[in-house]
Amino acid sequence: MKKIESKHLLGLEKISKKDIETIIDVGFTFREVLERPIKKVPVLNGKNIVNLFFENSTRTKISFELAEKRLSADVTNFSASSSSVQKGETLKDTIQNIHVMKMDCVVMRHPVPGSCLQLTNYVDVPIVNAGDGTHEHPTQALLDMMSIKERFGKIEGLNIGIVGDILHSRVALSNIYGLIKMGANVKVCAPPHLLQRGIEKLGVSVCYDVDDLIDWADAINVLRIQRERMGIGLIPSTREYRTFFGITNERLARHKKELVIMHPGPINRGVEIDSEVADSDQAIILDQVLNGVAVRMSVLYLLLGSKDFE
Amino acid sequence: MSKRTLNSKGNILLKNGRIYDPFLLINEKSDLLISDGFIEEIKKDIKIKKDFDVIDCEGKIITNGFVDIHAHFREPGFEFKETLETGSTAAIHGGYTRVCTMPNTNPVIDTPELVKFIIDSSIDLPIYIHPIGAITKGQKGLELAEIGQMIQAGAVAISDDGLPLTNSQLMRYALEYSKKFGIPVINHAEDCCLVNQGTMHEGDVSLNLGLVGNPDISESTMIYRDLAIADYVGGSLHIPHVSSSKSLDVIKFFKEKGVNVSVEVTPHHLALTDKALQSYDTNAKVAPPIRSDIDRESIQNAVCSGLINCIATDHAPHSIVDKERDFNNASCGMIGLESAFGVTNKVLKDKKTVESIIDLFTINPCKIINIEPNLIMEKKLAELNIIDPNIKWEFKPSSIKSKSSNSPFVGEKLIGKVMMTINKGFCINNF
Ligand SMILES: [Zn+2]
Repeated sequence: MKKIESKHLLGLEKISKKDIETIIDVGFTFREVLERPIKKVPVLNGKNIVNLFFENSTRTKISFELAEKRLSADVTNFSASSSSVQKGETLKDTIQNIHVMKMDCVVMRHPVPGSCLQLTNYVDVPIVNAGDGTHEHPTQALLDMMSIKERFGKIEGLNIGIVGDILHSRVALSNIYGLIKMGANVKVCAPPHLLQRGIEKLGVSVCYDVDDLIDWADAINVLRIQRERMGIGLIPSTREYRTFFGITNERLARHKKELVIMHPGPINRGVEIDSEVADSDQAIILDQVLNGVAVRMSVLYLLLGSKDFE
Repeated sequence: MSKRTLNSKGNILLKNGRIYDPFLLINEKSDLLISDGFIEEIKKDIKIKKDFDVIDCEGKIITNGFVDIHAHFREPGFEFKETLETGSTAAIHGGYTRVCTMPNTNPVIDTPELVKFIIDSSIDLPIYIHPIGAITKGQKGLELAEIGQMIQAGAVAISDDGLPLTNSQLMRYALEYSKKFGIPVINHAEDCCLVNQGTMHEGDVSLNLGLVGNPDISESTMIYRDLAIADYVGGSLHIPHVSSSKSLDVIKFFKEKGVNVSVEVTPHHLALTDKALQSYDTNAKVAPPIRSDIDRESIQNAVCSGLINCIATDHAPHSIVDKERDFNNASCGMIGLESAFGVTNKVLKDKKTVESIIDLFTINPCKIINIEPNLIMEKKLAELNIIDPNIKWEFKPSSIKSKSSNSPFVGEKLIGKVMMTINKGFCINNF
């Protein structure tokens, strides 16, 4: 069977290009499995996977859970509210509470950067980062890359734009690390105060004009504008955001070009993207959802599996 | 030499050492006899008698005890992190004979009674404690505390450390009022709005780690404000734990204008960069944060040029549960008393003379808070260190005397060590 070098999937910054390629390739194989009448393979029979979610994320959690069940793993869900994190229960306490369950793998979502890496100090099973705050969300970036590859047949040499609140995004960094590693050109577009200082050092170019981005890109990844960012004055209003950064019908019509539109969901229709755009043929948002399950199956299989499947 | 604690009631003969006392401008080879904790005799070739404990000080420097003007001993209120006793024990094992304790305890040290409590509690401890009183009642930043009476009770400076004094008008009042008492005002210089809940230095490393960055301008703008006020109203301002190159530029500008300002740096800001946080090591999470290599270089240069006056530890003990958290929720601070000299000397030994490195721990901090230790003279109560500036040693967790062990220097090889400290009739032997 195919193998990867990584013991965990903590992020895409440190993982090799070869591992990313393998995960995506195997992801396509699982994508076929998902098209079959019987969508289940017995490769992780008897393995116990814990989904440890310290913050709400219905979509990511459902996607992981489905991936685990399709691989015939036993699934345990453990949700801790982020308030218990703030109250001071340490990560170690929580982990020791579930350690007794003899898990084979932990999938963790946590609001604080670095938490998954810290977890590797306390448990010796593979850990999959399902999002650690504004740090990495590697499976999202992997599914985005898989969707790009599905559409274009390649990643290398493509111009990929990312537009939105890059600073507070949980998916931007992983996308940047992954895409650059795979040879794509990446340009980020955001209100200047919603970009990390020095982000060019990651190898991306920066623009503030979404029309420039559209002109340049083969595909753009439209990030969700979180409504809680508006309360603290970072975004003056949804209509102002839409005026300057919204992927609107009119804006796309003006450009008259083929452009693939991605969105990690959930969508704020009428804010960062218009309904018509999100539902149009150029959007691959639903493929992303399906590829999400496939690529997560791939990751879990490559980290935990011991036998081939057909 | 075997590891033992000498009985300071007896006679200790320090043989063949070099005595360096910058207060007395002494720097010469001589023997020194201590008897019942007092300096009995200083001269060349003191004859050995049979009841003497003889310490061979060849190649070593006998100098004044160290003075730390910035430490957190956590008592009262947070005795699970440190107490006056455990803090003092850690201090004397690092060569410190005098420590200024910050008032951010519970209750906050903001009255003469509480200052007196700290001083009274330290009478039987192996070090002298000089409390720092709060600037504002309860460190709430709203109204001045009883600064005058705290000074009368023995406080040596005022600070709301841990929290910046955000109200600029109160900063003006504090600097003006402090002129009557001749003590420095110490403000933890960070603009909280610019800190923006940043947990580490904003730079390349925070970018990679996805952590919210605390930019260097959060410090330099606050220091600019404080110095502009001090320039306007007078008073003396002491800047704690300076962390950035930009702040040093600001300080230089106002110092050249004649503002009465002094500056301390911690061993960790002197020795480390934000790369120490690359694997989210919460032991290196401090406030202000450890910054870039450019900042570290500026700090080292400023120590060499004298712009930075002294080393202060910002000894900040935290229990394991305070540190073993996710990065955002882990407490800020590290212990420092036991590793301060080894860390500092390792960084500076090729840039400065050993005497001028020692000054950073002795005469320079004393000048800032206007105190004088027991000098190295006959008939004085012995308050001194024997230093080996060249010895390489490992900072081992098992040797830590502090109640906490949060430090990224644990397990590191350091250079230069205080081999023996004699103070208040106590003798700590690290030979
Ligand atoms: Zn401070």
